[in-house]
Amino acid sequence: MPLITQPHLDSPDDFYEALIDAHRDLTTEASHALNARLVLVLANHVGSRDVLAQALAAARGDASPQACA
Amino acid sequence: MRLNGLADRAGAAIDYQKLVFHYQRSPDQAAPQPVRRPVAIVGAGPVGLALAIDLAQRGIPVVVLDNDNTLSTGSRAICFAKRTLEIFDRLGCGDRMAAKGVSWNVGKVFFRDAQVYAFDLLPEAGHARPAFVNLQQYYVEGFLAERCTQLPLIDVRWKNAVSGVEPHDDHVVLTIDTPDGPYRLAAGHVAACDGSRSSVRRLMGLESKGRTFRDRFLIADVRMKHEGPAERWFWFDPEFHPNQSVLLHRQPDGIWRIDFQLGWDADPEVEKTPEKILPRVKALLAHSAMKDVAFELEWASVYTFSCQRMDSFRHGRVLFAGDSAHGVSPFGARGANSGVQDADNLAWKLAAVLRHGAPDALLDTYAREREFAADENIRNSTRATDFITPKSEVSRLFRDAVLELAKTQPFARSLVNSGRLSTPSTLHGSSLNTPDADAFAGAMVPGAPAADAPVTTRDGRASWLLHELGDGFTVLVAGTPPGALAPIDGRGLPVKVLTVSAEGADLHDTAGLLASRYDLQPGTVYLLRPDQHVCARWRAADADTVAAAIRHALAIA
Repeated sequence: MPLITQPHLDSPDDFYEALIDAHRDLTTEASHALNARLVLVLANHVGSRDVLAQALAAARGDASPQACA
Repeated sequence: MRLNGLADRAGAAIDYQKLVFHYQRSPDQAAPQPVRRPVAIVGAGPVGLALAIDLAQRGIPVVVLDNDNTLSTGSRAICFAKRTLEIFDRLGCGDRMAAKGVSWNVGKVFFRDAQVYAFDLLPEAGHARPAFVNLQQYYVEGFLAERCTQLPLIDVRWKNAVSGVEPHDDHVVLTIDTPDGPYRLAAGHVAACDGSRSSVRRLMGLESKGRTFRDRFLIADVRMKHEGPAERWFWFDPEFHPNQSVLLHRQPDGIWRIDFQLGWDADPEVEKTPEKILPRVKALLAHSAMKDVAFELEWASVYTFSCQRMDSFRHGRVLFAGDSAHGVSPFGARGANSGVQDADNLAWKLAAVLRHGAPDALLDTYAREREFAADENIRNSTRATDFITPKSEVSRLFRDAVLELAKTQPFARSLVNSGRLSTPSTLHGSSLNTPDADAFAGAMVPGAPAADAPVTTRDGRASWLLHELGDGFTVLVAGTPPGALAPIDGRGLPVKVLTVSAEGADLHDTAGLLASRYDLQPGTVYLLRPDQHVCARWRAADADTVAAAIRHALAIA
């Protein structure tokens, strides 16, 4: 399955606001920890090793994302 | 004492750590020319002794050379896996190991003060052996040494230190230092089972390469009266040892293994002293049900480790096995266990080459198969180590995020890695496998170590599948009466045919587990190698088909 890179969020502005709100009053350290937990929760929801590999490549800005061997 | 003296003392309480074996002059030392021996094994540790027993059981005389004259000092390796016990069964000493060892299947993982994860390594019934026994390495070596005394083809030479290795086309000349001075021996093949600081490897100018981890760990074996559960307990960042990990295991004789992570800056000499160790142990006990239990320190060691291997486990007539060939971290118990599996893989191949004219190429497959297994062990061990000892701030961030989530989110528990415990490699893609032509379900693919199952023999005896397999190849035939398969040519190796689940069959599938684990249907045939790995299977096969797969498994072109 290819990684979805076209718009897919139900309500982009609401999501973005919620994301920033989730970090309100947190120290930078606590924010980093929250982000790490969020990545793990979302990764589990995605599940597919192949899609996650493409997501990692996309996040790194790699030109041609490689599927996992 | 002499090694044979062990046999006379069988049954008595032996302190294996205190045994001293006498150096005995061999007639080979006085020979004007190097005496030729078919196989020399360097190192009388668990790997060398297992290999010696296996070869002797297959009719190959072996000389075992050990630079020392005692067994393991301190408990060292303590976790022996199910597969290793199954190999020890084949070597005639599994019952001793299992009876003395502390069996365990359950592991628990704690983060700070809370349990975040528990695993059961053997959640299903119907296996002769538990997932693991904890047993001090000196017992394992002692029981193997005792088994050696029953095999006259084994000649163990203590205080024989290899100081020269001279490879030739059809043999290897070893120079061996003894209390009587050096002598030379011409070995047809040499198995270097001489540990992580292998002299054979060094003398041949070879290296084991990989990653060394910048971390130090303290092992403290303490003796105390406490009836805790036989489980593996692992703490990340506990209050009693902040920012580091701690591992607790129960061993026989009321001895507990505690492994404290210390960090790279710890001074190994200072940390080894009782003044430093005792408060650490007391702090652990104070945070547990073992509070106020009296204990004494039995053995301690501070160690570092590397995940590494040699590029090739075979160099002509020298074969490397165990820690000489590969090294891993202790988390996962993949050191001694994989070494014994190396011996298991090598012994039948070497015997087939020496006694039955199998091609030399069969020995290349030892190297390829066990290099593959070593890579799997190193990968698992490296991943566990990266989790236990995060190498960067962000690695630590994710590690702690996993542990935090694991308290409430079931998915995160599968990411918690305190060591993925040793399981045998399935030799996918081995050149000795005959690839499947028919459809099968389940795990018993070509290359897989045969799964055990309870069986009843034709004469009504309760047994286990693995106990009934032959010394050579074994052919399992399901749902077909005995005699339906014509005699099979094993190229000199014995071929044992076991019929299952038919009128008058050799084995009755007591609990139906054989059928489910092997996906048996009437007519299904499995071919198992002498080391109990599946190498071919069919929905229907005649004797010629099976014989062709046997030739393939012997690397006969």
